[in-house]
Amino acid sequence: MKIKEIVAILDAEIVCGDSNMDDEITCGFASDLMSDVLTLDTDKMVLVTGLANMQTIRTVEMADINCIVFVRNKKVTPEMLALAKEEGVVVLQCRYSMYNAVGKLFTAGLSPVY
Amino acid sequence: MEFIYEVDGGDFGKAGNASSAVKKILKQLNVHPKIVKRTVVALYEAEVNIVAHAYKGIIRVNITPEYIEIVLDDKGPGIPDIELAMKEGFSTASPKVREMGFGAGMGLPNIKKNVDELNVSSEVDHGTIVEMKTYL
Repeated sequence: MKIKEIVAILDAEIVCGDSNMDDEITCGFASDLMSDVLTLDTDKMVLVTGLANMQTIRTVEMADINCIVFVRNKKVTPEMLALAKEEGVVVLQCRYSMYNAVGKLFTAGLSPVY
Repeated sequence: MEFIYEVDGGDFGKAGNASSAVKKILKQLNVHPKIVKRTVVALYEAEVNIVAHAYKGIIRVNITPEYIEIVLDDKGPGIPDIELAMKEGFSTASPKVREMGFGAGMGLPNIKKNVDELNVSSEVDHGTIVEMKTYL
């Protein structure tokens, strides 16, 4: 699934990373616990989370995750945005709950990590 | 080559700065991406541990053609029972740490998973030394 498809499915706002919309994502993971995200060894993954702070962006940076979706209308701070841009991470925001967002992506065929 | 970073306890805004710098260095040195990821995930967990639990700490990174050795030396409360701290799910983290997405007792077990050699030593009321080594 391409990132632009994720944008369409979730009716998401692209916060940064417009030029990476054709990047391929093979699976998804949803968590507000960054420790769990850091246990994954998966490439081309989208992280769906409601935890919006600097550690979310740092975690994505360390774990080589290309795309992050903030659910529940969580907003990215200017500091987070600056770091995400520096690291080339695609950041999306959507108004759906985590359950709803994950359900929509799963139904559209995006595989779970496990 | 050796790199040294200082970490302040409680400063979550900067937590990850050292790990980020090390990641850039390893990428520049053309270290295999899998090894880069394992190393920086372990380092990041350990750096967050200093921010979450200690007053301050020093991270020393030594990169040779054979291995990456990282020593995190902190001044803090120390760990009374290291064996217990290594167990998945055991945590003494504050609510503030949990708000940041950590503190679920996954840090030390995940560090162990991602490095080839791990040694944790601690003195209560003084601090903790975490030594990790990854072979290239």
